[in-house]
Amino acid sequence: MALEHADVLRAAHLARLGLDDDEAAHYLDDLGRILAMVDQLQTLDTEGVAPLAHPLETTQRLRADEVTETDQRDRFQRCAPAVEQGLYLVPRVVE
Amino acid sequence: MHDKTLTELAAGLATGEFSSRELTQALLARIERLDGDLNSFISVTAEQALAAADRADAARAAGNAGPLTGVPLALKDIFCTEGVKTSAGSRMLDNFIAPYDATVVEKLKAAGTVSLGKTNMDEFAMGSSNENSFFGPVKNPWDRDAVPGGSSGGSAAAVAAGLVPAAMGTDTGGSIRQPAAFCGITGLKPTYGRVSRYGIIAYASSLDQAGPMARTAEDCARLLTAIAGHDLRDSTSVARGVPDYTEELDAPLAGLKIGLPREYFGEGLDPAVEGAVREAIRVYESLGATVREVSLPHTHYAIPAYYVIAPAEASSNLSRYDGVRFGHRCEAPADLTDLYKRSRAEGFGEEVKRRILMGTHTLSEGFFDAYYKKAQQVRRLIRQDFLDAFDEVDVLMGPASPTPAFDLGAKKDPVSMYLQDIYTIAINLAGIPGISVPAGFVGGRPAEGRPVGLQILGTHFAEARLLNVAHQFQQATDWHLRRPALAEETL
Amino acid sequence: MQWETVIGLEVHVQLATRSKIFSGASTAFGAEPNSQACAVDLGLPGVLPVLNEAAVAMAVQFGLGIHAEIPEVSVFDRKNYFYPDLPKGYQTSQMYHPIVGPGEVEITLEDGATKRIRVHHAHLEEDAGKSLHEDFHGMTGIDLNRAGTPLLEIVSEPDMRSAKEAAAYLKAIHSIVTYLGISDGNMAEGSMRCDVNVSVRPRGQANFGTRAEIKNVNSFRFVERAIAFEVERQIELLEDGGEVVQETRLFDPERDETRSMRTKEQANDYRYFPCPDLLPVVLDRAYVDHLRDTLPELPADKRARFQDELGLSAYDAGVLSASREMAEYFEAVKEACCDAKLAANWVQGELSGALNREGLPIQDSPVSATQLGGLIARVMDDTINGKAAKQVFQALWNGEGGGDANSADEVIEAKGLKQVTDTGAIEAMIDQVIADSPAQVAQYRDAEPEKRGKMIGYFVGQVMKASRGTANPQQVNALLKEKLDALC
Repeated sequence: MALEHADVLRAAHLARLGLDDDEAAHYLDDLGRILAMVDQLQTLDTEGVAPLAHPLETTQRLRADEVTETDQRDRFQRCAPAVEQGLYLVPRVVE
Repeated sequence: MHDKTLTELAAGLATGEFSSRELTQALLARIERLDGDLNSFISVTAEQALAAADRADAARAAGNAGPLTGVPLALKDIFCTEGVKTSAGSRMLDNFIAPYDATVVEKLKAAGTVSLGKTNMDEFAMGSSNENSFFGPVKNPWDRDAVPGGSSGGSAAAVAAGLVPAAMGTDTGGSIRQPAAFCGITGLKPTYGRVSRYGIIAYASSLDQAGPMARTAEDCARLLTAIAGHDLRDSTSVARGVPDYTEELDAPLAGLKIGLPREYFGEGLDPAVEGAVREAIRVYESLGATVREVSLPHTHYAIPAYYVIAPAEASSNLSRYDGVRFGHRCEAPADLTDLYKRSRAEGFGEEVKRRILMGTHTLSEGFFDAYYKKAQQVRRLIRQDFLDAFDEVDVLMGPASPTPAFDLGAKKDPVSMYLQDIYTIAINLAGIPGISVPAGFVGGRPAEGRPVGLQILGTHFAEARLLNVAHQFQQATDWHLRRPALAEETL
Repeated sequence: MQWETVIGLEVHVQLATRSKIFSGASTAFGAEPNSQACAVDLGLPGVLPVLNEAAVAMAVQFGLGIHAEIPEVSVFDRKNYFYPDLPKGYQTSQMYHPIVGPGEVEITLEDGATKRIRVHHAHLEEDAGKSLHEDFHGMTGIDLNRAGTPLLEIVSEPDMRSAKEAAAYLKAIHSIVTYLGISDGNMAEGSMRCDVNVSVRPRGQANFGTRAEIKNVNSFRFVERAIAFEVERQIELLEDGGEVVQETRLFDPERDETRSMRTKEQANDYRYFPCPDLLPVVLDRAYVDHLRDTLPELPADKRARFQDELGLSAYDAGVLSASREMAEYFEAVKEACCDAKLAANWVQGELSGALNREGLPIQDSPVSATQLGGLIARVMDDTINGKAAKQVFQALWNGEGGGDANSADEVIEAKGLKQVTDTGAIEAMIDQVIADSPAQVAQYRDAEPEKRGKMIGYFVGQVMKASRGTANPQQVNALLKEKLDALC
């Protein structure tokens, strides 16, 4: 499956990675080779094989509905780039 | 003291031969003297270490010492450590002081161990050479021109250089076993779910697993006993009792059935490495084991499957680094999209971006079935290969890496770097445990040459058996006792 | 051309768990910003989710309540997108294997007719935080307290054909979740929100038209208004030869219109994939059976029972079963007075009137169900007449009388409202009124016999006044007629 420049730009936008055209061209080249390697998968017949999401096929354990966490806002916000009145600040979000 | 194994140091502490403070001071001084060149640490936490050492000495004086009380070690900089910078080798987290402890860190603290600091690593654990660190490459203590392997390259180099007797690593596609092999130490990747992932900065959640890196299998057994177990905060950790992994170390190997995967001895394997591995297998035969060839027919699909699954999970796991709540934020963002795009472009290095782009692409509309779903189907086939093999044999053996440590800067092409992990990556896809043990040297330049690792694989939760098999080898050989001649010491 | 409206709803219900769906942080509403956002909710590096049992149980209860299939296995997926109120850059949701399979909800229309609306599925997911747009130097503030609150998203089939049906469906969902106690259903606080998919097509056409999705409609009233506007907009567009664009629109209640959300993210690609941090949720049959066995009676069943067993009209049964609180109140009144019809009349009449005037929900009624039951019992045994009963009710409303079933008796006693049924006493009052009203008596006497019936009202009023409302009105009527006619 051939990769195009636009695919790289699209992925970069979806992943919110700023890339200039040169960088995009560089990644297009790399990703093209990685995908060529990955495309070996297509040579294998996997008809009827169930996908495996976890190496151990165990099931989800459930947690009791209890409040166990206390307010640690100050501690958590110490590593935040911009906070005011307990809120995380971001450039204005336009709805 | 730096030549001793963790087990020997624990004994020395127990008998009062030296205190934890003395040991900690000695190693801190050694780090100070040698690590400027090796670059195996990102942060050395001397103050916290000495305080922890004093607490350990006090606990011992009060009669409250456990088997690991006062033992120094280091943590890969991927384990969240309260009050200490936890960077994952990334500029993105260069300013991140973790506000909590990972479960592994909590357990190690509770066991009384003393962390000397946080070791260097490939950024977000993506790499096989430690060259992808924002904090610079790490040098291989055996040969300064060589890489230490990755991604737990700092942990491996620090242990090999005698800066710490042991260090914690993580392994997503070989990141404990390959650097252990390259640096001539012992590294164990436990079964997926054996050790809690809580507080370990995620790379690929269905593959990541933490494990010990030390001089000997016995050291690894002691550490695994301390860190393994079910964690209520990690849904994927397994509710299963934790044995004392040292108990079975001495079990005799007579009758042990060893399988040699045909696919692990094929094209691309360095003949010198193969020679060392085959010699190690002869040692096992002399210990009473039987050897037969087996097949893992889907081996060659492991790297392609991995490079779909791991980047896909990573692309999602790394979305939280958006410059809002923690981590790097660009200067004066024009708007929200600019905040995201520039913070992430500046914060992440090239390999991380490559994998994020790769994962984003393969998960996107129209590609999901061809890539992600297909890779998960292949993943089942790969796991089945191992389960079938373990119906016939007790353990599998082969090289941990097709070559010894390569030169710094030698691998420019990402695909050729990825192919280095041919013997380690399938193990993560299958979720089984694997251990790498020193099995010789090749190259002979300089004096000793570069280390070779023998990889031993077992079925799910067979850690005790793996450690036993590795330990018996180390009773019969002395590869694990060799020490690199560090420049400063030879002067 | 005749147009037909086609509507499907996605209703998001916040589940009433104490802690969040994947963390132990509190879900309480109204806390200080970010004081209830723990490490997991913030998506700090290294944290992992663990699923809340109560969220699972509540989702299954809902499924059982709408007679849905409950699949043995459900799986959480990640929905990837960037937004500041979404801390991890993905929402943990269920795309491919939801916890609740196909089911159906019965709605009651204004004319009393019922209709079944199919539910495609319902899935569990985590709520996002909130963006606050007050001016922080031109910045937006992010509060993540709500992040991780469990949501049940209930996705209907496009089975509704009018705004009224959509509103009725939303009310039915509201009543089911509040009956089950799995949500407080408080739309003002955002506990229930809904996205509406609307399209129109020429009547008789089999294919659906292009739909628009109206986001975040947060009240029953707005649902009707938003649909009404959107239907009109689409019809106008089509009749003018235009085309409906598939898009997301926002309802503006102030302008009473929907408008396009023309953000750059129109063409998003959420890259769903199974969440590797969570394992498949497997529900064993015993667990589901236990939840089924302990399910409370639901509105549709209650409505049927009110009609069949209590003999209420379809309308009364519908009103009294509409909310859990209403039904509980009514049943308690009925229990205390032993007459379903009288209880129904009082709850819908005097009580609902008073509650509406004060804008109070029934659970905050100053008159308790046992008090009202006690009052009705006194009407039934003729201790008081209807007029006095209203006085007693007013007194109870104002907090007079004790708090229990005897409250009405205490008020009756204190105010001397006990009905006078002693014929002698009533006759004495009648004689006095006749003696005091010679002019009216004369008019009565001179009137045509068929008009006298109306004129007797004056005398009844006077007698009742003389008795301060306590005389038995039937007796007063009969005796008055006897005595006046005797004068003719």
